[in-house]
Amino acid sequence: MSILTLENVSFSYPNGFEATRNVSAEFQLGEAVAIIGQNGAGKTTTVKLMNGLLRPTQGRVLIDEKETNSLTTAQMAKRVGYVFQNPDDQIFQDSIEKEIAFGPKKQKLDASIVQTRVQEAAEACGLENVLQEHPYNLPYSKRKFITIAAVMAMDPEVVILDEPTAGQDRESTELLGGLIKSLTKKNKTVITITHDMEFVTKEFHRVLVFAEKKLQKEGTPREIFWDEELLQRSALKQPYICQLANALGYQEVMTMDELEKRITA
Amino acid sequence: MSIIELKNVTYQYPLDSEAIIKEIDLSIENGKVYGLIGNNQAGKTTLCNIMRGFIPEMFLGELTGTVMYKEKAIQQYNIGALAAEIGYSSQNPFTQISGVKDTVEEEIAYGMENIGISPEIMEQKVQELIELFKLEELKEKNPFELSGGQKQRVALASIVALDPEVVILDEPTSQLDPQSTEEIFEIIAMLKKQGKTIIVVEHKVDLLAEYCDEIVLLEDGRIVKNGSAHQVLSDPDILEHGGALPQVSLFYLKHLKQNTSVPITMAEAIRKLMGGVSQ
Repeated sequence: MSILTLENVSFSYPNGFEATRNVSAEFQLGEAVAIIGQNGAGKTTTVKLMNGLLRPTQGRVLIDEKETNSLTTAQMAKRVGYVFQNPDDQIFQDSIEKEIAFGPKKQKLDASIVQTRVQEAAEACGLENVLQEHPYNLPYSKRKFITIAAVMAMDPEVVILDEPTAGQDRESTELLGGLIKSLTKKNKTVITITHDMEFVTKEFHRVLVFAEKKLQKEGTPREIFWDEELLQRSALKQPYICQLANALGYQEVMTMDELEKRITA
Repeated sequence: MSIIELKNVTYQYPLDSEAIIKEIDLSIENGKVYGLIGNNQAGKTTLCNIMRGFIPEMFLGELTGTVMYKEKAIQQYNIGALAAEIGYSSQNPFTQISGVKDTVEEEIAYGMENIGISPEIMEQKVQELIELFKLEELKEKNPFELSGGQKQRVALASIVALDPEVVILDEPTSQLDPQSTEEIFEIIAMLKKQGKTIIVVEHKVDLLAEYCDEIVLLEDGRIVKNGSAHQVLSDPDILEHGGALPQVSLFYLKHLKQNTSVPITMAEAIRKLMGGVSQ
């Protein structure tokens, strides 16, 4: 059963600007899905439709196969958590602990459960030692982890990360990868917008490609990154290892291990 | 000739218990492209602010050592005049936009207005920049309506508008898709051709390998590696200091177990591997 379904969803802003057109997609519990595509392709608009921050101008969004029209954004956000692209759009408390605790407190959970949730989310995001700090004492890239922890603490079934890899160093990107793995292990669905193709190859089972306001194709990283016509149409490039393999005439290679085997065979 | 020169520079923010920049010696030579790499919190942004004279001018805290711009102590320059000579785009594109202009066109012209460039030249320049940065479709839009990636391009265009001699870019591509990222690096290459000096803070080492002359690796406020892009980005030791290697170097070092003449760019790797791998 799908936890989240988009059925022929379109969205136009009140000024008539169409941001996403006729998107249909299904998401299962426990899967990690990457969304890639150029800036302005409709990625962020599409994910905002998934948790009720925006409402489709056409089509339907279903959670657990149930229509979401009658649900408030707050009700949807309990099940589908969205981490903003710009952490500063999300952060509003004066300590990291308060910021992470805000969601679970709003859910009227027992103080002890709130405490546990905050602790777990902070640890997963590498923030356990800075909980008393003001969020703005941390740099932009770390503030992103505060917002991820804040959403995780609400324990939604679906976690949407909007460009979490932007501005992250190698270590933090690895931390993100581990975080996604641990969420999917707990049977959560993780949907991530990213421009980092190496990250996509490493951490995701399924990829959705957006271009020109539309979903162009979905598939495994291999199905996506070896579809040269698709990449060209969507202004995307193969990950570096695929590029190298391609130039050397080794088709369908996705990882360094695979390329090593082909070269040394 | 070095255009910016740091000698034994240490700096500590007022409320911090230790220095964030420690005993740095760095010479930035005219006309070269520098990649500044390292973990988040290694001190990269602070170092940028020191090199453009913003620290100590706009920050409290203690700076020791000397910072020279064109062989003159940087404190002797007027900070406003210096801003036109050393262009800087901040890490967070969401805060870079001035907030006082209604359209992308006006935003790009804003800096030029401030330094008193004539309207005719300004208009022509704005037009050129709009083409160069592929902003035609956005020129009438309010800068705040733009996506993160679009804001980043507008911010960079606003800096190039001032025709600075040195351009410091703090993670200019963090919000950009791969194609726009390459376009920014092509603009960097173009600025280099015009004789500009460029310092770029960037995590995308594969692109730094293609476009930089020199790489400086910062760790915990100190320079741990400083050399040609080739030297630094083929050195596996940088992984121990918060650095990252281009994918092709990593593949060569870790998978093909080759430690000599390690390629750092895609073109080099292809050329080498076309000749077969010597076992």
